[in-house]
Amino acid sequence: MIPEFMNEAYEVAVIGAGHAGCEAALACARLGKKTIVFMVSTDSIALMPCNPNIGGTSKGHLVREVDALGGEMGKNIDKTFIQSKMLNQSKGPAVHSLRAQADKQQYSNAMRKVMENTENLTLKQAEVAELLWEADKDGKKRVTGVKTVSGGIYPAKCVILCSGVYLNARCIYGEVCQETGPNGLPRATHLSDSLRNAGLQLLRFKTGTPARIDKRSIDFSKMEVQLGDETLVPFSFTNRAEDIKKEQQPCWLAYTNEQTHRIIRENIHRSPLFSGVIQGTGPRYCPSIEDKVVRFSDKDRHQIFIEPEGDYTNEMYLSGMSSSLPEEVQIQMYRTIPGLEHANVVRNAYAIEYDCLNPTQLKHSLEAKEIEGFFSAGQANGSSGYEEAAAQGIIAGINAARKLQGKEPIVLDRSQAYIGVLIDDLVIKETREPYRMMTSRAEYRLLLRQDNADLRLTELGYEIGLISEERYEGLLKKKKQIEEERARVASVLFGASGAIQQFLRENGSQELKTGTSLEELIRRPELTYKMLAPVDKNRPLLPPDVVEQVEINIKYEGYIKRQEQQVVQFKKLENRRIPDDINYSEIASLRLEARQKLSEIRPASVGQASRISGVSPADISVLLVYLSSAAKRKE
Amino acid sequence: MNGDDTIAAVASGMTNSGISVIRISGPQAIDIAEAVFRKKKKEAYCKANLSEKTSHTIHYGYVCWQGEVVDEVLLLLMKGPRSFTAEDTVEIQCHGGALVTRKVLQTVIHAGARPAEPGEFSKRAFLNGRMDLSQAEAVADIIQAKSKLALANSIRQLSGSVLHKIKELRSCILDEVSFIEAALDDPEHMDITGFSETLIKENEKNLQEIEKLLASANQGRYLSQGIKTVILGKPNAGKSSLLNAILGTNRAIVTDIAGTTRDMLTEEVVFGDIALQVVDTAGIRESNDKVEQIGISLAKKEAADADLILYVADSSVPFDESDRQILPLLRGKKVLALLNKSDLPPCVSEDEMREFLCEDCSEAGIVSVSMKSPDDCKKIENEIREMFFQGKLSENEEVVITAERHLLSLEKAAESLREVSASIAAGMPEDFFSIDLMNAYRELGFIIGEETDEDLINNIFNKFCMGK
Repeated sequence: MIPEFMNEAYEVAVIGAGHAGCEAALACARLGKKTIVFMVSTDSIALMPCNPNIGGTSKGHLVREVDALGGEMGKNIDKTFIQSKMLNQSKGPAVHSLRAQADKQQYSNAMRKVMENTENLTLKQAEVAELLWEADKDGKKRVTGVKTVSGGIYPAKCVILCSGVYLNARCIYGEVCQETGPNGLPRATHLSDSLRNAGLQLLRFKTGTPARIDKRSIDFSKMEVQLGDETLVPFSFTNRAEDIKKEQQPCWLAYTNEQTHRIIRENIHRSPLFSGVIQGTGPRYCPSIEDKVVRFSDKDRHQIFIEPEGDYTNEMYLSGMSSSLPEEVQIQMYRTIPGLEHANVVRNAYAIEYDCLNPTQLKHSLEAKEIEGFFSAGQANGSSGYEEAAAQGIIAGINAARKLQGKEPIVLDRSQAYIGVLIDDLVIKETREPYRMMTSRAEYRLLLRQDNADLRLTELGYEIGLISEERYEGLLKKKKQIEEERARVASVLFGASGAIQQFLRENGSQELKTGTSLEELIRRPELTYKMLAPVDKNRPLLPPDVVEQVEINIKYEGYIKRQEQQVVQFKKLENRRIPDDINYSEIASLRLEARQKLSEIRPASVGQASRISGVSPADISVLLVYLSSAAKRKE
Repeated sequence: MNGDDTIAAVASGMTNSGISVIRISGPQAIDIAEAVFRKKKKEAYCKANLSEKTSHTIHYGYVCWQGEVVDEVLLLLMKGPRSFTAEDTVEIQCHGGALVTRKVLQTVIHAGARPAEPGEFSKRAFLNGRMDLSQAEAVADIIQAKSKLALANSIRQLSGSVLHKIKELRSCILDEVSFIEAALDDPEHMDITGFSETLIKENEKNLQEIEKLLASANQGRYLSQGIKTVILGKPNAGKSSLLNAILGTNRAIVTDIAGTTRDMLTEEVVFGDIALQVVDTAGIRESNDKVEQIGISLAKKEAADADLILYVADSSVPFDESDRQILPLLRGKKVLALLNKSDLPPCVSEDEMREFLCEDCSEAGIVSVSMKSPDDCKKIENEIREMFFQGKLSENEEVVITAERHLLSLEKAAESLREVSASIAAGMPEDFFSIDLMNAYRELGFIIGEETDEDLINNIFNKFCMGK
């Protein structure tokens, strides 16, 4: 038994300093709460143990939302990226997604610097072994702090679990199974049991990462080069394109072939996934290469993106080739790929299995339903990805701080942000695999664009206290400029004669039959705001982000209005609150399955209840009738 | 689910009353009534200015649609909050009987009312404070019970071929969306350049299919309605000649719903006000023949689902093992036993039949008939009418409203696909198509009682090799 010792008390203790932990700790500290953040190694702050990039489809949206609320991820990648791309540019604005390759070490160092220099924030290298809590006479639990492996007790009013993939982690490839966290870092051995003792239910998930290859052993002449965009778009709304200009690094594209697939098939019995050694549930969107070959046997090749891990290293990441096959099989398989014939494998691919919370035990605030003051964010909640983690981290941090301030938690709904969709899906739908954000999960995605994240969320960030006065003023100015310019283009009128007709002819657009406004011309698919400059004599000089909003709002107005109407309908049930003390077993007319699910998940609103699988529209009607009669009884 | 729109449904059970009541409730109730209701002044049909009339008054006139008279009716005007639901409410009393009632309801829906959800009038009444708190549980029970019934009806009323068609359409639409979404999610692995051209063709085809379903639905051919009447009997008892006789002597609406393995030969027959959906079945007897066995098990399934069973027995031969096999199928059902072949020397009397049926259905009606005598068909008709007017048989009003919900969903699905075509034509990027495609998918799902929730994500992962 290791003797215990007492330490200074904190308002918030954050367990883990990955992407969730950093945002959570920064939010708390910036909101004036005395915060301590624990990590297995100070060298692992904001570590990127898997892919070397931030953003991507729908994940880029999350980063921009985190930034709009006053988070750090966007600023940090803007400082440390080595290539940047806006994906889906030929598609509609709702699916434009920013993705940047990061210099992993710089990314980690830059975040560490911010953390170390934030007031109210203490960093501590230690493995947390126990969650400390007490129960009152009614059995209601609340956290009191944490205890480290070395016996250090840290009293805290709120605890935020951001343990990533470290809980009872096992790294597996072939017949090898190592009890470590990612990158060979120590795992957290004790905390899982402590969480179970506190009454929490844990799930076992798995994920994986591909190999890293020495750049000097790769023949890039046999691959296709993938360059970044010439026009840069920063992640953070606080940066302008010119602020982040730099030389970009290329990525490369290669392909697997029949030979690669043959090696995989011949050795498939040695994969721990197929032999049953791995029990955790893996993500479907991120299959291992052996999974792809087995499940999609009709595909004769798969793409492999070869991405630099940073300027500091020769290691290259083999995106698309995660695997848990034995090391020697991996080497054989890589060497079948043109350009990788002489590949020198610095780190081999492996699968990692870990414990996480069943997220349906959390409220939308990310506080546990049964343990007051205990919050959880990131992969510990069964999500996957750096961005999903950061998004939950900032919300958990904000809500822990607000709890201490005696304020209502911040809950973003599905019509406000991808963050809202992410958290709602996690806590309401029973996820059975690591959850990844996708644009198709956001039913109001035309409204939730990456370009308008600031317009959607920065005012809220200001009210919370994470957005500076200056940035808020900037937002108000931007809003005003958008409004004024929209009014102006609606009032600029053209008659069906003269210069405008010639302009339209020259630009392949139909000539006017009657007079029209500039707004209507902008709406035409073949014309843009920018193209119309020559005929728009009194156009004011406006920043590009203002013009972008004006143009999107005009061009897609019909669609946007339709979604806004859907949101009005959505909000009706979303705003019907369900009291915390509702007893579903009392509502005899609910079907048994609905009663069980509702009792288990305890939704906060009728809208949330309607999204639980197994709850039918009739059950919702019954619930409405019950709520209304309960309300009347109280009167 | 919204209290701000106007709903309509048949408020009376469609049974023996001779009168049916269509109830309209909600903020537009009076406007909708105004749009369909006409008073006759001399030879002209005129608007009635209902909104200016005093509440709780009755008006005599006609429900008309696009210049045609649908029915002669009495209209009861009740302004909120003095109505069952506490909303503006109009009740239209029309001539009872399935066909007229259905037409009046359709007219009201065309004029802008939404088919009510199961138990929705009660729910609104309760939520608007018109009911005592003690009735909360009863209201909740009604909602749950009616929903269950509606779901069962929803599937039951669809012929196998229509069900199949809707599933096919949904699967096609889901694949389209999955491809678009997978490519949007993983643009570096999947390219959808040029997909618009494929999609516009597929979409037009799907739209035509839905429009076909709509057209046949509007002709009343898509959903089987009416009292589900199943003919049972051993081989050669005279089932088919019975069906032919019924069809031959009545103004029959013959429906040929394309046959699939699920479909039995189904005909719609109208006796005056009463609509029957008559299902002929394979003869029931012990058999080793595989094909015949399938037929028999289908017959049993149909019988289990029947509102009325016409049990045809051959009165010229004694009861045998095959007749005894039929008995359990009659248990708890409304039965009319027909002692057929009364033109031949009788072997089984009506009393013997009653005794034979005794244990399983003591209330069965029994008639001796000969299919060779044209008048005997009238006897059957009268017997059925009698059962109907005594309230022993009824057509559930949920059946009618289910049909209307289906129609509305089909219309909405068609509208969404039209939006898709319009977006493609306007040169919109692919991500805009998925929204309307998914709306169509969801609407079609309502018809067959299938949820939509995780289908897209699951299909994406099944069909496409995603991810890093």
